[in-house]
Amino acid sequence: MNESANTVSSTERALGESTIELRQMHKWYGEFHVLRDINLDVKSGERIVVCGPSGSGKSTMIRCINRLEEHQQGDIIVNGTELTNDLKNIEAVRREVGMVFQHFNLFPHLTVLENCTLAPIWVRKQPKAEAEAIAMKYLERVKIPEQAGKYPGQLSGGQQQRVAIARSLCMSPKVMLFDEPTSALDPEMIKEVLDVMIELAQEGMTMICVTHEMGFAKTVADRVIFMDEGQIIEENVPEEFFNNPQSERTQLFLSQILAH
Amino acid sequence: MEEMIPKKQYAPGEHPEMPPPFKTKGAGLWLQQNLFSSPTNIVLSILAIYFLYKMLPGLLEWSLLDAAFTGSDRNECRAKAGGACWAFISERLPLFTYGFYPAEERWRVDLSFLFLVISAVALLWEKCPLRKPLMVFAVFFPFIAAFLLLGGNGVKLMVVLACTAVVLLLLYRGFSSAFMMVLALVVAVLAKYAFFGGIGVPFTDIHATQLVDLNQFTQLNLKTVSTDLFGGFMLTLIIGVTGIAFSLPLGVLLALGRQSNLPIIKYSCVVFIEFIRGVPLITLLFVASTMLSFFLPPGTTFNLLVRVLIMVTLFASAYMAEVVRGGLQALPKGQTEAADALGLKYGPAMRLIVLPQALKISIPSIVNTFIGLYKDSVLVIVIGLLDPLGIGRASLSSTEWNGLTNEVYLFVALFFFVSCYGMSRYSLYLENKLHTGHKR
Repeated sequence: MNESANTVSSTERALGESTIELRQMHKWYGEFHVLRDINLDVKSGERIVVCGPSGSGKSTMIRCINRLEEHQQGDIIVNGTELTNDLKNIEAVRREVGMVFQHFNLFPHLTVLENCTLAPIWVRKQPKAEAEAIAMKYLERVKIPEQAGKYPGQLSGGQQQRVAIARSLCMSPKVMLFDEPTSALDPEMIKEVLDVMIELAQEGMTMICVTHEMGFAKTVADRVIFMDEGQIIEENVPEEFFNNPQSERTQLFLSQILAH
Repeated sequence: MEEMIPKKQYAPGEHPEMPPPFKTKGAGLWLQQNLFSSPTNIVLSILAIYFLYKMLPGLLEWSLLDAAFTGSDRNECRAKAGGACWAFISERLPLFTYGFYPAEERWRVDLSFLFLVISAVALLWEKCPLRKPLMVFAVFFPFIAAFLLLGGNGVKLMVVLACTAVVLLLLYRGFSSAFMMVLALVVAVLAKYAFFGGIGVPFTDIHATQLVDLNQFTQLNLKTVSTDLFGGFMLTLIIGVTGIAFSLPLGVLLALGRQSNLPIIKYSCVVFIEFIRGVPLITLLFVASTMLSFFLPPGTTFNLLVRVLIMVTLFASAYMAEVVRGGLQALPKGQTEAADALGLKYGPAMRLIVLPQALKISIPSIVNTFIGLYKDSVLVIVIGLLDPLGIGRASLSSTEWNGLTNEVYLFVALFFFVSCYGMSRYSLYLENKLHTGHKR
């Protein structure tokens, strides 16, 4: 991948309002303090890459953003809606926030097309024909329209992940969360998924990606966030983050993943 | 020996496809693989063949070749042949089928059975012609069957059918289907008790007779038949079909309730399941026939058959709940997370994502429970209902046919085997049909 060729610097694009705000957010699993004082402000159109060693709380943090995990202290505000125990708010947030999982989590008993149309039909109340037309449009964008009639079990990992991306896009979300989208893929399939994600980024989608793909971070990220032990240790624009990491922990992490 | 062919280098993807160097089909291969694949297998096969050789001829001779198919009593049979006396079964066949249902009204049972077959085919067979209208018919079937079997006022049936049609229409118009399903169930049950009598003291007041002058519709009325006269295969089918139809939805609700975050729902489901599972069915049946009348207000008539149906259904639903819970737990957590992340509410997420997969995983155990329920229906004999086994025992004590135990029990066993084997085969068919995994 040519890392610098299609880089769009964040300074050249005008970023919008805050879409996601995490303020002094804490989370515990029982006694275990997983997330400690997380503060994050994501502007509309911003692309953020979250990295860090395993167990550092990256996934937990983005899973809090659509309330797959509950936070116990602090505020999370998405699109102006605060996440509380109120089911209405949670549903409102989930409608606008798409998520792509490490293990795809496609619905194996439904065809690719049905996977993509299910939520638009049942949540957005779109007529079936319209939902199918939109689904086909997105399946074309992720370059697998010919697989629409197949079941997920018949596709390769890379294809399944692209279907998962299309499924999220069909809800026309304002924000996309990616939870290690390429970690479960064979090396040959990582690129096809990353290409789709890069394209999405270039169209101005607000994205938060937990990933170890540093090439991707350099290409599209406006900001890279490094987490360890449940805290945000460092955040910076990619160039500074990779060339001039501030904390020792970041330097160690980068030397380990960039060395091989 | 074949000639040595000089090794040729192929470009990637150019290598031609070659047949495998061994046989992949044929009767000989099948025999070798299945019967004679290893020394143990050879010994077992020979033993099995020897066993069949010893058993089959005798069985065939007794049951078919040397059997009497006609005759009016046991001695006539014995005079004709030394084997089985099937004349007994053929003479008692109506009793085995209908119990003591009045002979001149038996066409109603036949018609109900025909309707049952039509409904079952429409519901179970995906490629059934005219499936949609027949499925609508299947919704009306329980009411029609109840009317046919019990008899009574035809106008009441019409009213019940009309109510069902309205509910169905509302459902079709896209009301929340979970809500509508509950409503439909409630309406159906209320309607049934209101119009066919039963527990409901308040409902007995609402008689269709007060609304319409029924005299002009007398041709719609059927002679009332008491459920005491029900018996035989007909009774088995009534208990089996009702139990199967109600225990699955009830079991699913109990399983979901058991996973609920709300303690009241959760623990009432747990207590119900554990209580019912912890008590033998026979005990429950005794409770059904005697104890319920202690708990209910005096004068409440509670038909014996209805009590049995309720108890059998509750019993099976407790088992069903645990089976379905197993399926729910086997489902990867990612499935509910994906549904949540897409913004699906609890109802649609369960109905569209979780349950189809959980039920699919549990098909073998669900059918297992169904088969158990179906066979357990013979236990109603202890509270005085005459299932096929009861009919058989009663027939055995008659003077003309005394002592023909083998014939009777074989016949009843055959009936149960055919129905249960059918269910088992259908479950296999369903599993194959729903398999969407890695089949290419």
